[in-house]
Amino acid sequence: MRTIYLDNNATTQVSPEVLEAMLPYFNEYYGNPSSAHTFGGQVAAKLRKAREQVADLLGARPEEIIFTSCGSESDNTAILSALRTEKEKRHIVTSRVEHPAVRSLCHYLEKQGYKVTEIPVDREGRLDMDQYRVSLTRDTALVTLMWANNETGVIFPVEEAARMAKERKILFHTDAVQAVGKIPIDLSNSAIDMLSISGHKLHAPKGIGVLYVRTGTRFSPFLIGGHQERGRRGGTENTAGIIGLGKACEMAAENMEKENTRVKALRDKLETGILSLVPNTRVNGAGAERLPNTSNISFEFVEGEAILLLMDEHGICASSGSACTSGSLQPSHVLRAMGVPFTMAHGSIRFSLSIYNTEEEIDFVLEKVPPIIEKLRSYSPFWKPEGQACASGT
Amino acid sequence: MWEYSDKVKEHFLNPQNAGEMEDANAVGEVGSMACGDALKLMLKVDENGKIQEAKFQTFGCASAIASASALTEMLKGKTIEEAEKITNQDIVDYLGGLPKEKMHCSVLGRQALEHALADYRGQPVKEQEGEIVCECFGVTDLEIERAIRENNLSTVEEVTNYTKAGGGCEGCHDTIREIIARVRSEKKRVTRPKLSNIQKIRMIEETIEREIRPSLQNDGGDIELVDVIGNRVLVATRGACATCRASELTLKNFVEQKLRELVWPELVVEEVTE
Ligand code: FES
Repeated sequence: MRTIYLDNNATTQVSPEVLEAMLPYFNEYYGNPSSAHTFGGQVAAKLRKAREQVADLLGARPEEIIFTSCGSESDNTAILSALRTEKEKRHIVTSRVEHPAVRSLCHYLEKQGYKVTEIPVDREGRLDMDQYRVSLTRDTALVTLMWANNETGVIFPVEEAARMAKERKILFHTDAVQAVGKIPIDLSNSAIDMLSISGHKLHAPKGIGVLYVRTGTRFSPFLIGGHQERGRRGGTENTAGIIGLGKACEMAAENMEKENTRVKALRDKLETGILSLVPNTRVNGAGAERLPNTSNISFEFVEGEAILLLMDEHGICASSGSACTSGSLQPSHVLRAMGVPFTMAHGSIRFSLSIYNTEEEIDFVLEKVPPIIEKLRSYSPFWKPEGQACASGT
Repeated sequence: MWEYSDKVKEHFLNPQNAGEMEDANAVGEVGSMACGDALKLMLKVDENGKIQEAKFQTFGCASAIASASALTEMLKGKTIEEAEKITNQDIVDYLGGLPKEKMHCSVLGRQALEHALADYRGQPVKEQEGEIVCECFGVTDLEIERAIRENNLSTVEEVTNYTKAGGGCEGCHDTIREIIARVRSEKKRVTRPKLSNIQKIRMIEETIEREIRPSLQNDGGDIELVDVIGNRVLVATRGACATCRASELTLKNFVEQKLRELVWPELVVEEVTE
């Protein structure tokens, strides 16, 4: 059975070109970039190149790039660094829909005595900018807001938010893990102080991330060790990973415009197809500006895990914002924050595409998904065959 | 993704008896959309009190669908009296097990069955008495107590797996902990008069293993049961506890208290030196 992979916000395939660029650095060129000899030196030269490639994609300077192990490490480093360098301030501003890498840390810090304000979002997942404005105080050490949401693809106006923070001399971090490589980012003229990237979301391998730190931003390292990354992140570099990420960034910069148009067209085809073929469905966040590859669709009166497993029978991979797949019993915090009704939230599926998806695959999904929903609805006590959902379930 | 038994998969992919039954004379409905699972069980019972047909409709995950399908299969051909005896554990066994996080799906089946049988007898469905403990999922203290008793649960996590209580905001965790402590101490009161020496030693061993050792090990220490003579529990300390000057306090205040609370109120813990 072939696999149709529509779960690219979870992780992506390593591009063949990226893999090729990395391979020699596992065995042939295995030198330590910190070594004084030529053998290590040639690896160091490749790392410099990769740093430039990453910086180019972001409109940043190479010395503003710190290689980390993953997006979570970048997020944690940024937040903890901000609190250490702004010792006298005790307040953090974030949103209700952040990724656990930010959210769980903020909850932890709250227990340690920090004050955390979580800005709400509206029904479409848009950040409440009025609430944001009034949340910024003299005591605010840091704002941390995601660039694009992993579940819905909804994009936050981070540049505007960062400018507002800057006016009040508040540090601004953004978790851009889902945004990088999918939408243009230019930090050269930006108020953003720190930004997180994760390699495996843009066709580089797992285990490599980046924290961008603007020149002049006070910084306190999280991982203290050797002098790697100019003392800002100890630990011998994941050289092959870094080289792979460099290549992935170069490819993303080259292809972004062309590929995004294509991916968006496929996404839109999938979305309009499902909406027209399956009654009682809705696209979460459709009214907001969104990433071109993400579609979060709620199927009313059916439960997400059941949908996922039946899709899996056809080799279709997606993910669900429903409670049952996550181990927790409540539907996703993102959908709840958006006020998506329970009847919808439990049956939500995230389809996330990449440059490797084809039109034929989308056609296949459009053929398989409607009967799956129909089958599950035929068991559902809340679903009436005439298409009139019974209200008692809500 | 969850690990499911082949039986669960089979019942999920090809559910038996799904759909509506027009002429049911026993209907039980439980759950709600807000909770993420709901089940409607419909039975046709003949004049001899035998279940001729059973159907279900469910809104829920794979386990919920499989549990409902299994339940209807189990019910067909049974008398009302036989049906009454079916427990959630029977559903789980029939399915060859459920992931622990999904046990509540089997509980939902049992509840629907109770409602259906009450409906058949024309009795009002026993209104969920008791007080709501978990606001997120509307679970009462009585439901929690029952799950603890019937399935011998001892942690909040287990209670969540079986009842969903505590699976949301976690605001009710303290109350759930109190209920667990209360139910478990009741249990002990019943068994105490009948506690034989062998049982006592077993319970001591179990309690050390489950309640005491993990905490000690957390601090780098350990304890070993050497012997039990009457109510004297002889133990040896290991690791950090063996060299710790406060170990005597630990034995009295923690080990002895735990054993008294969970096994027998007159136990005395003594340290043996080798
Ligand atoms: S009240 Fe029980 S989990 Fe929220």
